[in-house]
Amino acid sequence: MKLLPYPLLTASLLAMWLLLNGLSMGQFVLGTVIAIAVGSVTAALQPAKPRFKRWYLLPKLVAIVLADIWRSNIAVARLILRKDQSRRVSGFVVVPLELRDPLGLAILACIVTSTPGTAWVEHDSTSNKLLLHVFDLVDEQHWIDLIKQRYEHLLLEILA
Amino acid sequence: MTHAGDLPVWAAIATSCLVLLGAGLTLVGALGLLRLKTFYERVHAPTLGATWGAGGILLGSILLFTVLQSRPVLHEALIAVFVTVTTPVTLMLLTRAAVYRDRSEGKDIPRP
Amino acid sequence: MSASILSWSLLTAQILLGIAMIIACIRMIRGPRAQDRIVALDALYVNGMLLLLVFGMSTAVTHYFEAALVISVLGFVSTAALAKFLMRGEVIE
Repeated sequence: MKLLPYPLLTASLLAMWLLLNGLSMGQFVLGTVIAIAVGSVTAALQPAKPRFKRWYLLPKLVAIVLADIWRSNIAVARLILRKDQSRRVSGFVVVPLELRDPLGLAILACIVTSTPGTAWVEHDSTSNKLLLHVFDLVDEQHWIDLIKQRYEHLLLEILA
Repeated sequence: MTHAGDLPVWAAIATSCLVLLGAGLTLVGALGLLRLKTFYERVHAPTLGATWGAGGILLGSILLFTVLQSRPVLHEALIAVFVTVTTPVTLMLLTRAAVYRDRSEGKDIPRP
Repeated sequence: MSASILSWSLLTAQILLGIAMIIACIRMIRGPRAQDRIVALDALYVNGMLLLLVFGMSTAVTHYFEAALVISVLGFVSTAALAKFLMRGEVIE
């Protein structure tokens, strides 16, 4: 058994421990013991190690997502405050995906769900299609293009 | 408010704007929870409070305590990471549960 | 000057978040189905956490931030467990 199967996890656990408990020699020793123990316990779960080929594109993805969340926050807040709710149509959209990597799909799911206005409902791994619920469904194709061009392309590039 | 006595005015105004923005967005999200008609519409409402609602308040708090230099801003960063990771997961789990229940009752939910 | 600006805006934010919590409670009581109640409960957790953060900002007591961290952790675990219960009828299989 290796002592440090996941060095990044161990390091970030130790950093979090020291940030929460204050920097002192005793906390450092205790934090190191706990971080190494948790790291080797995690190895029993055998999580897949993430492989970011083009990790330098990650900040771009984060910036795009933050801006999109901001814009859809405003849009959804307006829609909620509007008087007649019956004019707005919301519904399900099926999006065919190319992305197959589990980590990429997980990131995409988090992006889609934390953006107000779209919610991830289901993903079928055999047909690789995604069921999405859209709050303000005017044009189905617009939402399919948005998911595919804005997020999926970038994720494919990062993970490829 | 004794700890904020020597705060510069620009920091006070910026913090106030951020906190009020966050609280306002959270309130709008809660209103959506009440006003919208179906479950799948209502799932969209709490994300307002969990994204920029929480973000505004956390940024305000970071700004306030950085300018005051009273303590490092670690808890806010941890809370921000935690909220951004957990909210999508809970909402996804809940939508999946709702879809499962609706389908087992014979309601028409499209399949991917 | 700046202290009074800050205290008024933090008080307003507290009132807004309090109203948001009340609204989430109303949705939780009204339902109509279990999943609606759980979404409202989750929103209640988040709003309560934000309210504690604002309390922490107005008093500069660090314990409020720790409480907010604990609430966000517990809220996540409980909502996940409830969602699992809705799907299968039991939490641990």
